[in-house]
Amino acid sequence: MAQAAEAVKTSYQGQIHLLQKELMGNYFNQLTRCAEQGEGKAAYMLISGNPVELILAFDLIPVYPEINALQLAVKKVALPFIQKAEEIGYSMDNCAYVKADVGLFLGDRKTPFATIPLPSLILCNYVGCNVYLQWFEHLAEYSNGTLYNLDIPFMRDPSGKPSPEDVTYVVRQLEEVIELCERITGKKLDYAKLKRIVALSGETGEMWSRIKALTKHVPSPFDCYFDSVTMMAPLYCLRGTEEGLRFFEVALKEMEEKVQMGIGPLPEERFRFVIEGPPPWPYLRVFRDLFAKWGAVAVASTYSTVGGLWEFGFRHDPNHPLESIAAHMLEWNLTNRNFLQRYEQIRRYVEEWSADALVIHSVKSCRLFSAGQGDMREYFTKELGIPTLLVESDIEDPRYFSEAQMKNRIDAFFESLEHRKILHAASAEGRRT
Amino acid sequence: MIYAAGVDVGSTQTKATIINDKLEIVGRSLIDTGANVTRAAERSFAEALATAGLKREDVVYVVGTGYGRYKVTFGDAQITEISCHARGASYLFPATRTVIDMGGQDAKGIKVGEGGEVKDFVMNDKCAAGTGRFLANAAEALGLSLDEIGKLSLQAKNPVRLTTVCTVFVESDIMSYLAQGKKIEDILGGVHSAIAARTISLVRRVGIEEEVTFTGGVSRNIGMVRALEEKLGMKLNVSPESHFVGALGASLFALERAVKGTGLKDEVRAGVET
Repeated sequence: MAQAAEAVKTSYQGQIHLLQKELMGNYFNQLTRCAEQGEGKAAYMLISGNPVELILAFDLIPVYPEINALQLAVKKVALPFIQKAEEIGYSMDNCAYVKADVGLFLGDRKTPFATIPLPSLILCNYVGCNVYLQWFEHLAEYSNGTLYNLDIPFMRDPSGKPSPEDVTYVVRQLEEVIELCERITGKKLDYAKLKRIVALSGETGEMWSRIKALTKHVPSPFDCYFDSVTMMAPLYCLRGTEEGLRFFEVALKEMEEKVQMGIGPLPEERFRFVIEGPPPWPYLRVFRDLFAKWGAVAVASTYSTVGGLWEFGFRHDPNHPLESIAAHMLEWNLTNRNFLQRYEQIRRYVEEWSADALVIHSVKSCRLFSAGQGDMREYFTKELGIPTLLVESDIEDPRYFSEAQMKNRIDAFFESLEHRKILHAASAEGRRT
Repeated sequence: MIYAAGVDVGSTQTKATIINDKLEIVGRSLIDTGANVTRAAERSFAEALATAGLKREDVVYVVGTGYGRYKVTFGDAQITEISCHARGASYLFPATRTVIDMGGQDAKGIKVGEGGEVKDFVMNDKCAAGTGRFLANAAEALGLSLDEIGKLSLQAKNPVRLTTVCTVFVESDIMSYLAQGKKIEDILGGVHSAIAARTISLVRRVGIEEEVTFTGGVSRNIGMVRALEEKLGMKLNVSPESHFVGALGASLFALERAVKGTGLKDEVRAGVET
């Protein structure tokens, strides 16, 4: 078996990385102005199936505590916040996103990227995680913001489809959210504006879906895990805006050019893999380099669909704004889907995106998302014969990442894939001669 | 004659083997790793050379493996111990389909193909339960040496039921059994049985297919061999070389590369081909 090239150092390149930096910089500045100068009102939401269209229709500023928490981790400053929350009694096993954010709230909410404004509206739009529900309840208690829990029924039917009653149930709640937003902002809903925003979301979904289809090419023009995260922040913070749509048009063009030139994110694409689970934010670069060293590129990822799943055809519909927002929240985001749907999604990725393997990154402090990944590994290795690697660390807490162990597992996995490739090539050669 | 070497730098011990092109083991060594990993690798290799009566330049290719593989600074390549254990076990027992490896801080299960290739593997995660370290702590709590406990455990008549497989808490568990007046062999019977059960449930994730080869330092412990065999209901392959399987696998990879001449400097390759 050939030796893996010594440490390929990855670097982010291209227009979209710069544009993302600029746009997200503007977004965070907006948060700071809101916090420090009282400019605008903030609405907190969760990523999973976020109804950002509704928030923007009232000119509320969307704030995602998950994004704030993960930014703290990426900037390697999360631990003191986590420890602050632990000091007042949050358990070691508690979700580290929650702890980092609560720690932030216990202080002056200043971070290296923004000062986080207090919420006027706390919209808990995802109930699949009971810890998240309580997180938003805690934030309401710390801030005096108005809390609304949107009860989104889980996709419990084997068909993976919501019932008509599910849709009506969610639409009725969205109407209550509208009334609440009207009270908070003191203005009536501009229905035409909502339709325009939903139309922009529809177009953004179309762009994003086309971008993600490009990774079916060999080589893949970008890494659908490590580079997708660059595109996910604009997808949630700026979806439904003109500049958000422009970002995705630029991204599509840039990626199409890369396909034409046959350029991928690494000098050589030797393995294509699908990855399940969120990344270890505190060690994102280290983690990426462990794959880059083997010429391994993620061609699809489930994590890039936690906020919404567009690549299988869903689009927001301006003619049915509330119903399509409800459909997005119910059916078209990863976390509200049942395990059979999650398996099916991965199976399609492996087949349609021509992947060699599946990698599962399990999250220590999120049992809810990670539960069932052991079975997932079994299903893909034993039933489908797809080489699968399961590794574990955390999304937020740096204390759970052991680089030596991670490296050992990833190296061994790709060694075995390489060995198989050699055997496969040898037997193909044997058949020819 | 071509010689190739494998150096397996584990968390607790460093192993080295040297083989010739007839695949015979001509030299080996086993030392404690200690704090200076690079020196441990060098010392271990030097000792193996001495036992083989060879000089450094006689060995054309060296593969480093184990946690400290990147500290084998004189090595020509690094390969994980997972690949090396699969390769080494298949060499010793060609019908091997499953490898159970128990080292100082690692326990792993490897599913092996006919050519000795890794088909799947699982390892313990961030917890030393089920590893050599657990046994070492248990031995220490009982004031025994690691070499004694396996044999003693076989004398257990009424093995205790350990409530923990936590390497840290096992000591207090043992203390409480001693306070209850339990016999040492019964406590050890419980220790071995608990670890065997935990390891088997780990290895079952890749599927246990015969033949099963037991490797790593803990494979020298007869109590653990019997405890695993009893729970699995099958015989395990264990060889006097089991402790060296990682290093042996590494030296087999090294020899393969030396013979193919891949990754060799031109002057060495010329020497190999002639």
